[in-house]
Amino acid sequence: MKVLLPSPLASYTANRREVEAAGATLDELLRDLDRRYPGIRFRVIDEQDAIRPHIKIFVNREQASGIARRLSPSDEVLVVAALSGG
Amino acid sequence: MRLLVLVSTRKGLFILASDASRRAWSIEGPHFLGESVNHAVLDPRDRRTLLAAVKAGHLGPTVFRSDDAGRTWKEARTPPAFPKAADSSQGLSVSHVFWLAPGHASQPQRWYAGTSPQGLFVSDDGGRNWKGVEGFNAHPDRLKWIGGLQDAPPDGGTLHSLAVDPFDADHLYIGLSTGGSFESRDAGASWTPLNAGVAADFLPDPDAAYGHDPHCMRVHPAVRDIVYQQNHCGIYRLERGANRWTRIGENMPKDIGDIGFPMTLHPRDPKTAWVFPMDGGTVWPRVCVGGRPAAYVTRDAGASWQRQDRGLPAEQAWFTVKRQAMTADTLDPVGLYFGTTGGEVWASRDEGASWECIRRHLPQVHAVEAALAG
Repeated sequence: MKVLLPSPLASYTANRREVEAAGATLDELLRDLDRRYPGIRFRVIDEQDAIRPHIKIFVNREQASGIARRLSPSDEVLVVAALSGG
Repeated sequence: MRLLVLVSTRKGLFILASDASRRAWSIEGPHFLGESVNHAVLDPRDRRTLLAAVKAGHLGPTVFRSDDAGRTWKEARTPPAFPKAADSSQGLSVSHVFWLAPGHASQPQRWYAGTSPQGLFVSDDGGRNWKGVEGFNAHPDRLKWIGGLQDAPPDGGTLHSLAVDPFDADHLYIGLSTGGSFESRDAGASWTPLNAGVAADFLPDPDAAYGHDPHCMRVHPAVRDIVYQQNHCGIYRLERGANRWTRIGENMPKDIGDIGFPMTLHPRDPKTAWVFPMDGGTVWPRVCVGGRPAAYVTRDAGASWQRQDRGLPAEQAWFTVKRQAMTADTLDPVGLYFGTTGGEVWASRDEGASWECIRRHLPQVHAVEAALAG
């Protein structure tokens, strides 16, 4: 399925902001993404499997509260890095 | 001979370079522009491998490695991370890697990392893969030592001042802010508090065994069993054998006090050390005392201190020098370097007798390390 990534993660994907990955859950999708682009998962998900603060993940424009969220092949996943900070 | 000064900042890493004269400095970078670099260290064992602790504002923490002194970088395959807890709400998560330390000379691939919150990690493949030192991270007293969130500094509790005894690969020192100074004599399997004689004005027990706030502890690199620390509550020296610190900061001028963050040692003379005092009065401004920055040097193991401010601003300079942001090179005479929260890097070619600003307009400086590149 289509995964849209924010600019802070572009270094992992050779600057591609739109990539493909597969999985029946958000967790599986992120693991597949990490196989394709090593290191990317830990920048978004911490070691307790929580979505990191200031990172939001949307599935079809609906915010996911955790990585257990189920997915279907036609879903679109959007990862957003919030703009807070300075 | 190429001398590097690694300047880790809130917005990236900069590498200053000079030769033995230390008169002209080039700058290279930024590496990791926009990402917070807490520490970068050149491996003194091969003078080529460079590790950097990096965190983008909203992304997870990691470590990058360079095999060519910073020309190219590769991220660690397994960055420092706590184990996943059965109840994930109770598990720990690394906020950022704060301190990097090369292992003993006899273990050329070993590195240690200290994190926020207070965690200790080790790599045995040159920083490519990291695992927790469970002797500390899972120690039953760890939470008792470090306290709760209300005890942590504003940027979070940190494990810092990681040092390997140059005469004993199994002998490790760490500083916990808060928590105190600790040592292990079995490569991290077990730990003992090392805080006797250290004040903790914020604790009710004047002889507390732990809970202190060492800002920066340094183990002497050439003379066995000499340790110094700049603590939240004073400057101390420890000669092992005795396990009780002596507050050598009592000998600082009273109008300056003995509060600050960094502690820098002479690479050869065990009686010479430098501090950079900060204002610890009233509400603890933690800026240069009176707006007049100065290093202070002792050449007699803390019995006396001399002010070193030639070349530094004479007034209205209100920066802070963080705990990792002052260091010494190994040349003769020793060169000193410090970075400021205002993005300046200052250097001295004559052991602090005079100072020169060698770089302005950088982001807030977190750490400064000097190293000879191969």
